Amino acid sequence: MQAEHPLSAPLVRIQNLSKTFPKPFVTALDNISTEIPKGKIVGLVGPDAAGKTTLIRLIAGLMTPTKGTITVSGHDTTKEASSIHHIIGYMPQKFGLYEDLTVMQNLTLYADLKSVFGDERKASFEKLLSFTALRPFGERFAGALSGGMKQKLGLACALLSKPELLLLDEPSVGVDPISRRELWKMVQDLLKEGISILWSTAYLDEAERCDTALLLNEGKLLYDGPPGALTEKVSGRTFRMTPKEGSRRALLEKTLSLDNVIDGTIQGTDIRVVTREIRDPPFDVASLGGDLVARPTSARFEDSFMDILGGGPGGHSVLSDITPEICLGHNVVVEAKNLTKRFGSFTAVNNVSFSIPRGEIFGLLGPNGAGKSTTFKMMCGLLKPTEGSASVIGLDLQEAPSEARARIGYMAQKFSLYTDLSVLQNLEFFSGVYNLRNAEKKKAVETMIEIFNLKNYLDVSAGILPLGFKQRLALSCSVLHHPEVLFLDEPTSGVDPITRREFWNHINGLVEKGVTVMVTTHFLDEAEYCDRIALVYRGGVITLGPPDALKAEARTDENPTPTLEDAFIKLIEQYDATHAL
Amino acid sequence: MQPTPSRTGRPSTMRRMRSLIRKEFYQIVRDPSSILISGVLPLLLMFLYGFAVSLDLDHLRIGLVLEDTSPKAQSFAQSFSSCPYFDVKIARDRRELEHDLLAGTIRGFVVVPAYFSQYLERPSQTAPIEVIADGSETNTANFVQNYVAGAWIGWLANERISNATPEAPIVQIQSRFWYNEELKSRNFLIPGSLAITLTLIGTLLTALVVAREWERGTMEALLATPVTAIELLTSKLVSYFILGFGSSLISFTIATFFYDVPFRGSFLVFALVTSVFLLTALGTGLFISSLAKTQFVASQAAMTAAYMPAFMLSGFIFEIQSMPPLIRAITYFVPARYYVSCLQTLFLVGNVWGLLIRDLLYMLLFAFVLFILTIRNTKKSLE
Repeated sequence: MQAEHPLSAPLVRIQNLSKTFPKPFVTALDNISTEIPKGKIVGLVGPDAAGKTTLIRLIAGLMTPTKGTITVSGHDTTKEASSIHHIIGYMPQKFGLYEDLTVMQNLTLYADLKSVFGDERKASFEKLLSFTALRPFGERFAGALSGGMKQKLGLACALLSKPELLLLDEPSVGVDPISRRELWKMVQDLLKEGISILWSTAYLDEAERCDTALLLNEGKLLYDGPPGALTEKVSGRTFRMTPKEGSRRALLEKTLSLDNVIDGTIQGTDIRVVTREIRDPPFDVASLGGDLVARPTSARFEDSFMDILGGGPGGHSVLSDITPEICLGHNVVVEAKNLTKRFGSFTAVNNVSFSIPRGEIFGLLGPNGAGKSTTFKMMCGLLKPTEGSASVIGLDLQEAPSEARARIGYMAQKFSLYTDLSVLQNLEFFSGVYNLRNAEKKKAVETMIEIFNLKNYLDVSAGILPLGFKQRLALSCSVLHHPEVLFLDEPTSGVDPITRREFWNHINGLVEKGVTVMVTTHFLDEAEYCDRIALVYRGGVITLGPPDALKAEARTDENPTPTLEDAFIKLIEQYDATHAL
Repeated sequence: MQPTPSRTGRPSTMRRMRSLIRKEFYQIVRDPSSILISGVLPLLLMFLYGFAVSLDLDHLRIGLVLEDTSPKAQSFAQSFSSCPYFDVKIARDRRELEHDLLAGTIRGFVVVPAYFSQYLERPSQTAPIEVIADGSETNTANFVQNYVAGAWIGWLANERISNATPEAPIVQIQSRFWYNEELKSRNFLIPGSLAITLTLIGTLLTALVVAREWERGTMEALLATPVTAIELLTSKLVSYFILGFGSSLISFTIATFFYDVPFRGSFLVFALVTSVFLLTALGTGLFISSLAKTQFVASQAAMTAAYMPAFMLSGFIFEIQSMPPLIRAITYFVPARYYVSCLQTLFLVGNVWGLLIRDLLYMLLFAFVLFILTIRNTKKSLE
């Protein structure tokens, strides 16, 4: 390896790069200098709006820097953009495919555009079709492919002329864990061929596996180096506790208020803690009571990310303070009975039943197209079941939809806010929708502004809010009317770890007050917060249980401590093996 | 082993453009909306202008109140009934017809008063007839007025001849209409509808398909390949030129063969004029697409900047000469105006080069300016 790719001149050299946009004035990148070595994979990590896409577009020569320079293989991106376009492969966020062209037509188009002809083309198609396993789908329209297959086709198109540099902009967004893992394997093969890769992602665990990680936050480069070295910095400062009784959510809140604790998350039944410095004992475990033991655990990249950013947001939720305690007569709050949904001859959801007791966080997990979103939509009353029933607090969503919905809070994927309305207008609109009037309305809106610290943004259009504030606004709009049940559809995808923790603090606080939460997610860290998870696959629930039980099912001798992602993949593979078509 | 083909230079430019054009046609075939706009819309427009919209009034329904029943009055009524422009309902009392006028079943009525023939006999007096028209539809009311006046003059002339009255008028008007001899509005509406179809294909469709590439992220992927901005623009231009020209041929065939609209120019000149107009429409579409990155904005811009003006200010339906001076001045900036004028010349008159050359030059100037603006505006970047 070393002999094949000597550490000669780096492929990409970035010097004092800044990029500002005039309207609205944003500094997307602020004085960045770094290099991308040949034949290596560089992970570009950071939350949404950190500047990842801008950096990739600048390297691809699709934008010009405000200050500084970028060279790719010696070519300047502003002056020699066309030479750069001959040596790069670029997969933009939406994969850049023509959905109304077939797989082969897409490949042929990009081969023509990149001047890959004759024998070279034949060989290239041959190789890429088997590499991506898309050969059987050559005549299928790209629009009819699953998310994972689209992503593979997008990659194939980017690879046609065997680029020196492959730029992948968030290739794993909206793609389920199985496809993510396959993509990762493919990328490893490309590295062996000497292709350099820049892989941007919001998933910190993906960055952990790269040769180098570039950590971007709000346009600033916070870290540039091997991910291991960064993780090293927090080693000896990470611990796990298993509460024997009582709620782990209440325990997390208490723990986060302790001295020397900078970050804490829920991991199934455990609580994971990061401390500021190495101490003995690491923090005042005894004050938490209940014979708790802080066991040292291995550090992760995300821990060091939180460390660089100065720690998490604490554990207290003011939102939960103002939420009235919910005491419902019956224990089962959300119930699905034999839910079935057919679209024409296609059965999207087949005979799904579950019930969620009061004060539980219930997660729906599953690959793309498994029926997860369809189930979720039927539970919120957005889709009518073909058979079976969905009920909330004893009210059938088909028979008493408006009564049921008045007691539900719903936060849709991708912030279903009115982007052209200001923050205040959004709050007022949603309070009107939930029938709050006069003094009650005024009070609810004011409380939300205070809790979520929206005061400085009241007149700003929701569309141009910083992402963290969009998230806060979306949550505040869905809890204005103190709902008893909260439906969350991919609530924190693409959000930075701090905002995500803040979000879950609120959710945990609400759950402690008796609110019931149902959540769908691709983000397996988010699934760790759930009390129980239903794994949805091929239109049915294939496993239902607490996260730790799911992990236990995937435990093998080679992998004694599987992650939830391992469990996810294992359970689906197992299902496929036993239910071969 | 073949030599590795060059990655730059003209051969690969041609291959890239050919591939982009092929892609465009795959998309057109797959996308029902472009087939609707290019294939079905011309048919629909022709059908509408051929059958449903007509600016002339045959069989105008009017009433005739005969308060006088003398032979003279009868003969006057007779001349009305036999006239092809009218469907006449005869009554004795005007009150019988007032209700019909109110209900809109007749457009107006003519009253021949009881003293009609008496007055007609007296040389010192003129015989009055009264015309009442439904003023809520001004155009129709004017038609009623004019047609009745026409019928009256006709009848009077006949009377004089049959009576061999010595005082025959010195001057007599004999009207003939040139170019559109039968005064059929269809004859100028159908050629005019071509301008609408081509504006829709050239401007709206082109602006939309480019905006769609921005929305779906395919433009970003294209920009990162060796394709140049000029290659991209040219391939869009060629694709939609072919589509637009094809649909103008459909319209032409239907107009001349199905509706029998006279065509007095030469087909080659028609093809030339149509091509030049298509360039202006495509230029507008590509110019819009260099500014609008979403389909919504693109369609709004195309509707306001191209379709509405082509519809209202091209002289296709509304006579430019009867517009107020300011509006008339604006029409000079509507390319469709020149095309409609060319079409009307070609269909109804012939190859009148004196008229055509001027219009062609204006359209070429338009297209040229638009392309310069578009190329200046289109950078191969995302900014």
